[in-house]
Amino acid sequence: MIAELKELYKYRELLYTIAYRDIKVRYKQSVMGFLWAVLMPILIVMSGVVVRYAYAMVAHVPLKSADIASVAVKSVPWAFIVSSIRFTCSSLFANYSLVVKIYFPKEVFPMAAILACLFDFLVAFLALSILLVVLHIGWSIYLLWVPVLLAVIILLCVGVGLFISAASLFFRDVKYIVEIFLTFGIFFTPVFFDVRMFGNNAKWLMLNPVAPLLEGLSTCIVRHQPPDLSWCLYSLAFSVIAFMGGFVLFKHLEPAFAESI
Amino acid sequence: MSDIALRMEHIYKKFRKGETYNSLRDLLPAMSGKIFRGQELDSSNQQEFWALQDISFEVKLGEALGIIGHNGAGKSTALKILSRIMRPTKGNMIVNGRLSALIEVAAGFHPDLTGMENIFLHGTILGMSRREIQSKLDQIIAFSGIEEFIDTPVKRYSSGMYARLGFSIAAHVDPEVLIVDEVLSVGDFIFQQRCIERIQSVIKTGTTVLFVSHNLKAVTEVCPRTMLLEHGKVVAIDQTDVVARRYLGALPEAEEGNKPVYVSKACIRDRAGEQSTFESGDTAWVDVEITAQETVERLSVVIWFTDDTQYMIFSTSTERLGLAPISLLAGERYRCTFELKLNMAHGSFHLGSDVFRYDRQMSYDRHNRSATIFVGSTMAVRGAVNCFPTVIESEKIANSSRLCEV
Repeated sequence: MIAELKELYKYRELLYTIAYRDIKVRYKQSVMGFLWAVLMPILIVMSGVVVRYAYAMVAHVPLKSADIASVAVKSVPWAFIVSSIRFTCSSLFANYSLVVKIYFPKEVFPMAAILACLFDFLVAFLALSILLVVLHIGWSIYLLWVPVLLAVIILLCVGVGLFISAASLFFRDVKYIVEIFLTFGIFFTPVFFDVRMFGNNAKWLMLNPVAPLLEGLSTCIVRHQPPDLSWCLYSLAFSVIAFMGGFVLFKHLEPAFAESI
Repeated sequence: MSDIALRMEHIYKKFRKGETYNSLRDLLPAMSGKIFRGQELDSSNQQEFWALQDISFEVKLGEALGIIGHNGAGKSTALKILSRIMRPTKGNMIVNGRLSALIEVAAGFHPDLTGMENIFLHGTILGMSRREIQSKLDQIIAFSGIEEFIDTPVKRYSSGMYARLGFSIAAHVDPEVLIVDEVLSVGDFIFQQRCIERIQSVIKTGTTVLFVSHNLKAVTEVCPRTMLLEHGKVVAIDQTDVVARRYLGALPEAEEGNKPVYVSKACIRDRAGEQSTFESGDTAWVDVEITAQETVERLSVVIWFTDDTQYMIFSTSTERLGLAPISLLAGERYRCTFELKLNMAHGSFHLGSDVFRYDRQMSYDRHNRSATIFVGSTMAVRGAVNCFPTVIESEKIANSSRLCEV
């Protein structure tokens, strides 16, 4: 695994170039350009606000700006996770001729797809910070947790992405299964709601490795408190294992790609 | 050991012919069938075939080895294994140094990006660093010859421009081992010639080259030694002209059958006897013998030369040369000898022969490859023919003077 990671490092420029290509092509093709990056997050935030408004109506309490901020803070990374998984799933097919014709570490494709999504995420995150300022959320020392939590999210996406991209190459229906999980995943992930709302059953929702990370982001950005460390460690462990497992599996299957695609 | 650039030892590669399970929907029922009913997962319709069988060869540092063979002989599979895109089923191989494969020149291009952006994209895909590309940018653009369109998205390029830019990038990678697979099938004649020249100059700098092509002329120009593959096996590794003759000999020829008259012999010789290697400008003799199985009238003997692309470069016949038509009774034979001056340039050429009846436009026994010759040329000429050029005048012309007064 070390030798393979070293080889990947040698090809890092290729990773950047392919990510740059993906970004450039995506922004060139769409008339909306920059809006592309914020469209999906905006839609998710808006649906979250509608859901939150419904809660507030039922509970006969006014909708607080902190609730909107919390939904927004969790929606933007969720949008990143969804698009990362979606793009990695098709990344090997999208580069068919390169997979079949030229040798280099093929994991650059799913990784570049995630890198390109990360660019969209950063744009959306910028828009999010403006929203947070408008909502008077303020800041605290706990904001230092944000890059750490984001790093764990990226690691998780890479691990799952490697696994899915390799699997989708051998089994054509994986992409439909992934699509279903992405569509309904939002109901099992605390994006529109907080796990606290579930009281004692919260721990079952926290088993979803994304949940502690999104909750953590919301906690330290909106509520100015440190995230739940033990659950974050759980997510970190999950992500590291997913990355290592995904990477090893990917490299194991890689020599068969050209024949199976 | 250290002077070996590439070595394959007993490489085998197996492919499956039949359906494989490529969706979970098919695989899961099949697996449960195996578990619950004891069925075999590998169903019997999964036939296997060996794309490569016991391939062993080595290439020394700085050597250029050609690989020829008919479609499906395993050439591309061998190259894919060498370039590590596929893993062999069995066997070992060694590759010393940075390997670059020119398998499809423009595989990495993205149609929406400009030529310039694609240079960086494809260059990094081929293993160059951005700095390396930056330093060679001018050379790459100049070699491709499409300076004015370098900022145009490549989707607006013609296929020739596409290929030129792709080859130009690949040709500047400076690998230690270069694999070239059929890149010459694209582009016009001039571009093909430039590709060959570029590959030759790469060889001169000490790069090891593996060259795969159906264009025998190109192989003879680039590689002194060639390997012939047939049905996944190495049939011959030898000097290129020897292997090429073997390759051409393997072509199916017309059968004698029950033709009224057939070509019983057609060969080309020099003074000493049958020969296949000539120098440009040599005199050669073509002997043709025909045998009649029935009574046939008004025949003439036709001979011609084609190049590797089947293009006829020369043709003549006894009738065209002023001989009276020949009539033969059953069992009779007829023999004629043509004297030819071989004014071809460097390359391989194929002698064709036929018995033809002009008044009925009827061909009795057509052979496209009765013999193959290799014409060498020490003179600096390229192309199909040798016009034996000399420069008889050469001077610098002052601005005021004119070569041709109007």
